[in-house]
Amino acid sequence: MSNQSVIDRTQWPLWEIFIRSKQGLDHKHAGSLHAADAQMAIENARDVYTRRMEGVSIWVVESKHIHASNPDEAASFYDPANDKVYRHPTFYDLPDELKHM
Amino acid sequence: MSEPTILFQYVLHLADDVLILGHRNSEWTGHGPILEQDIAISNIALDLIGQARNFYQYAAQLSNERGISATEDSLAYLRDGWDFRNCLLVEQTNGDWAKTILRQFFFSAHQIDLYEQLAKGGDATLAAIGAKAYKEAIYHLRWSSEWVIRLGDGTEESHARMVRALDELWKFTGELHTPAPYELWASGSGTGPDLPILRLKWEERVKNIFDEAGLTYPATQWMQTGGKEGRHTEQLGYILAEMQFLQRAYPECEW
Repeated sequence: MSNQSVIDRTQWPLWEIFIRSKQGLDHKHAGSLHAADAQMAIENARDVYTRRMEGVSIWVVESKHIHASNPDEAASFYDPANDKVYRHPTFYDLPDELKHM
Repeated sequence: MSEPTILFQYVLHLADDVLILGHRNSEWTGHGPILEQDIAISNIALDLIGQARNFYQYAAQLSNERGISATEDSLAYLRDGWDFRNCLLVEQTNGDWAKTILRQFFFSAHQIDLYEQLAKGGDATLAAIGAKAYKEAIYHLRWSSEWVIRLGDGTEESHARMVRALDELWKFTGELHTPAPYELWASGSGTGPDLPILRLKWEERVKNIFDEAGLTYPATQWMQTGGKEGRHTEQLGYILAEMQFLQRAYPECEW
């Protein structure tokens, strides 16, 4: 416990970084980094993740605000979708004129 | 002095400022206070050295046109201290993080107006370099301003370090806007900015950030000058000794 509080005092909070590589695309998770606040997180992200023209927009979220699904529940979460093939829209014949599907 | 000679000196001055500051910042690489800031200061170092290369290439071209053989490397690595025309501010030691970022802040607050004016100036090459480097300088100023505020308005310790850095560096800031002969020529010929006008903008920028940072803008006092005409502090010698060692010991060595 004492170790934990030492780390808390000497480390800045962790932030998750999302970068949009070009207009029209989604922000994608690029990685994480340390920063004292949101403003510094954006600037650090600029220096760490967009050095080679990777981005046009940056989102930052403090890691503690990310809530994740529990891997232990993977079976009940995802397996039931396995045999529900009718949930895929694959039973339609698409006209040739229809593109981008 | 003939016009090509004085333009050559002006370009060298622009190059030396950013080479020496870039080299100083690069000394932090691997030693930054935290990984992300290590990358940030190294990026700034690379930006500055990139600007220096552009200026040195132009200076070498001007030199060759006058029949004096030079390359960007010979200008950077084979001149002695008294030939360097950088201002004294940029050669000062890194000290702690407070001193490094305050040095960068003072210089960037000058550089953005300098480059903006160069970009509008009469020399096409300098205008192109100025336009490109201007965007970099804006970011350097933003980054260093935020650090000045963060430390100045931070803890007792960080504030005390900013005050100490200010004590150490303030006397070198006056030289930024004290024109050397080649800068008088540059403003007279429409190549570069009029430094006394830039000084007013610089003071306003610095005052604004100091207000936010809770730092006292020092009353005008005696300023140290001479670097732009080759009279340097002892610090430059140490930089050149390290930076030039390889080319001096192994001429034209490549790796």
